Amino acid sequence: MLPYIGRRLLQSVPLLVGVSIIAFALMHLAPGGPLAVYTLNPTITNQDIERIRIVLGLDQPVHVQYFKWALGMFSGNWGNTFFGGRPVLDVILERMPATFLLMGSALSLAILIGCTIGVLGAIRRYSVFDMLATSGAMIALSFPTFWFGLMAIYFFAVKLGWLPSGGMNELGEEGNLLDTLRHLILPVMVLALVITAIWSRYTRSAFLEVMHQDYMRTAKAKGLHARQRLLSHALPNALKPLIALLGIELPALFSGALVTETIFGWPGMGRLFVDALTMKEYPILMGMIMFTALFVIAGNLIADILIAALDPRVRLS
Amino acid sequence: MAEAVLRAEKLGVAFRIPGGRTKAVDGVTFELRHGETLGLVGESGSGKTLTSLALMRLLESPPAELSADSIVFEGRDLLGLSEAEMADLRGARLSMIFQEPMTSLNPLMTVGRQIDEPLVRHLGLSAAEARARSEALLARVGIPRPSEAAQRYPHQLSGGMRQRVMIAIALACRPSVLVADEPTTALDVTIQAQILDLLRELQDELGTAILLITHDLAVIAETAHRVAVMYAGRIVETGPVAALFATPLHPYTEGLLRSIPRITRIREAELPEIPGMVPAPGQLPAGCAFAPRCAFADAACHAERPTLMPAEGGREVACWKPRHG
Amino acid sequence: MAEPLLEVAGLKTHFPVLSKLLRRRVGTVKAVDGVDFAVAPGEVLGIVGESGSGKTTVGKSILRLIQPTEGSISFEGRDITNLPAAEMMPLRARMQIVFQDPMSSLNPRMTIGRILAAPFEIHGVAKGQELQDRVAGLLGLVGLPEDAAQRYPHEFSGGQRQRVGIARALALRPSLIIGDEPVSALDVSIQAQILNLLKRLQGELGLTYILISHNLGVVSHICDRVAVMYLGRVVESGPREALFFNPKHPYTEALLAAVPMPEPGMRRARVPLGGDVPSPANPPPGCAFHPRCPRAMARCAIEAPVPTQLGDGHVVACHLHGG
Repeated sequence: MLPYIGRRLLQSVPLLVGVSIIAFALMHLAPGGPLAVYTLNPTITNQDIERIRIVLGLDQPVHVQYFKWALGMFSGNWGNTFFGGRPVLDVILERMPATFLLMGSALSLAILIGCTIGVLGAIRRYSVFDMLATSGAMIALSFPTFWFGLMAIYFFAVKLGWLPSGGMNELGEEGNLLDTLRHLILPVMVLALVITAIWSRYTRSAFLEVMHQDYMRTAKAKGLHARQRLLSHALPNALKPLIALLGIELPALFSGALVTETIFGWPGMGRLFVDALTMKEYPILMGMIMFTALFVIAGNLIADILIAALDPRVRLS
Repeated sequence: MAEAVLRAEKLGVAFRIPGGRTKAVDGVTFELRHGETLGLVGESGSGKTLTSLALMRLLESPPAELSADSIVFEGRDLLGLSEAEMADLRGARLSMIFQEPMTSLNPLMTVGRQIDEPLVRHLGLSAAEARARSEALLARVGIPRPSEAAQRYPHQLSGGMRQRVMIAIALACRPSVLVADEPTTALDVTIQAQILDLLRELQDELGTAILLITHDLAVIAETAHRVAVMYAGRIVETGPVAALFATPLHPYTEGLLRSIPRITRIREAELPEIPGMVPAPGQLPAGCAFAPRCAFADAACHAERPTLMPAEGGREVACWKPRHG
Repeated sequence: MAEPLLEVAGLKTHFPVLSKLLRRRVGTVKAVDGVDFAVAPGEVLGIVGESGSGKTTVGKSILRLIQPTEGSISFEGRDITNLPAAEMMPLRARMQIVFQDPMSSLNPRMTIGRILAAPFEIHGVAKGQELQDRVAGLLGLVGLPEDAAQRYPHEFSGGQRQRVGIARALALRPSLIIGDEPVSALDVSIQAQILNLLKRLQGELGLTYILISHNLGVVSHICDRVAVMYLGRVVESGPREALFFNPKHPYTEALLAAVPMPEPGMRRARVPLGGDVPSPANPPPGCAFHPRCPRAMARCAIEAPVPTQLGDGHVVACHLHGG
């Protein structure tokens, strides 16, 4: 197993290099730049802007900028922000807990509900429940996340006034766990909705596939009760594709979180990314992209390790 | 004559199709006696596998619909049992093995655990007791180093070994009836011989009655005591193996036997063939289902369907113009 | 023997074994490991063996559907082992294969007529009305009605689809047809129809067959000579009668003894062959059959037997017989 993990990590290096080159190139191809904000400021002269350009290293050719950045990354230096000059890694890590709280809560909730709906739908295929779950999932998947976000704010925050419309805490309530939870409900609901829909569909088809396997018939021919057939035979086998799905769905989860955080003003990495994008904060953007890529690679590796742990055919060959 | 342990009366399996129902198995009546092997033989589409699944009440319903006057097993009508009562019987008194040993075992579970399961479920053994019994069963079905083998996963075993494991699972609780659906079809011929011998030995030891479902008349000839021949969802002929093979009464049985290529010194220039093909369920002719392919059919055969009638020597045949009559 | 139509010498086809996780080469499956035989024109050679014997790989190697690792294949007097694809093309018309499952080798979206017309079009042999006539001729040859040309594969039964498979193989008038378990998926009554068809076509068209099968009854019925394979090698070969009624190799004997006979009471006092066929990735040393052989001697575990001529084309590779 260890050499396998080592090799997978090694394989991810060229992937990370590729991602960084594409991201860097796209960023610099986009019109405008970090200095564009200064051009509107009448107190800053063109000479000032030129000076800043040289200080930030933006006067150098793009490939030189890239190599400088890559060399820094290689030695563990993620660079400093343009505005404020803070270490990029610090800025990202500062926002990480909020995002992980949101993503983690939404994902756990979605998997729990989605899997339950999926399993029930598979067991009672074509029942009224199954039909409702199927159409519900289709509806959830056909509307964009931001629309659900806005609707949620409109009903639960504006109309009913039950929940706060955004942010992570009321002013002066930082560190109050209950207050954070109240703020968490709406964004988690919105983010979880789409993931729940996806998970219920995948769980349903994974279980349907498994339930028609010969070994399920064997389990029934042994006289095992439905519960036991489900838990010790169907579940482990159905879990395999679902774990793989978790690895694949991580990037989608990130982009979902990005939109959700922006709508609800959730102070996480998603909002950091959007802010950095409008400001053309190259170092933060690159740092965020690399961070996300690493996270996705790690997620997929963990998914593969879990599958190997589950399936002796993968483990023992 | 031994008493019947299982008796099916007018068993039928139908499928709902757009615009009606089609009968894949129709009016199948037979009995399985204590300790005997009854061969149920037929070509694809004859309904033999559906019949076996119907007996175990393992048909997926919907789409399949089971009907029968009665299926009496050890004095109880299986049709009257609840699903829970049926589950108490399955794997305990009434077991089944399947055609594909490759896919019939759970790939993620050690074979030891898969044999433990019915022992724990039906005999109430503790995990340790069950494992000890499982290892003894593995040894009994001819798997070397049983305690080591119990730790293995199905993919680490050959097809023949997996079928041995399936047999160990099925016979773990000493059932009175074993339904074996094409148990050797997926296996090589030398492995098939091993498995058939094993089944025979275990039958002598445990007194289990075996319903052997197969398309292979040679397998029937070697292992069964009695045989029922199915065609297009019905039984066309039954009888003791020796008599049925020596003097088949139904032209279909006769044609089937003659069309098998045999290893003989002098070769026939041409194999006797049965012309045409098995009619699809739902497209059965009005009279005898075999009449369109039968060399002896006359107007009566096309007009009216023959039912299973007693013949000499404890045999039965459903034919208006039986052979050797 | 007349000039052979096909000659296979020292044929070896090996496959790498890759580990699942690392995709690293961890071994070699010697699917075919040194096979020699020749087929005379008009002859039917049967290749029998159990799973893992390499019989299917031999067939595919001859057609170069799999590139052999070593050895030579001569067809119609020409070495085709390393012929480039372009030169192989016209020869492919002369050697055809019929598979076990015709459904998976027939395009479900093409009518039977289109399927049968394809070989003529690909090789630029016929078009227009002549093409139609040829297709109709093929259908008649294999006993299918003329209107079959307008229908799709799923409308046919297994036996009829196999007739289509045979018709397609016959399209370009091949001299050699390799049947890879051509009747194994069929019911007995249909199997007899197809075997009779194959036999009739052979007589009418002067075809040469290599019939790969696990069914000894089928092989005995249709083949003139038989080669028995075990773990990538031919352990015994010879005329049909010698092989079935005077087998010399203990494996051939065991194989014949294991075949169930459709006569009740004929159950022979057989001692079934113990154990499983070993993996071709890890064959036993010496004679590959020795761990299962009831008559194995000390040298069988050390030394691989070489094929020995017993006269009349009967060849056996066994230490009991001078190997």
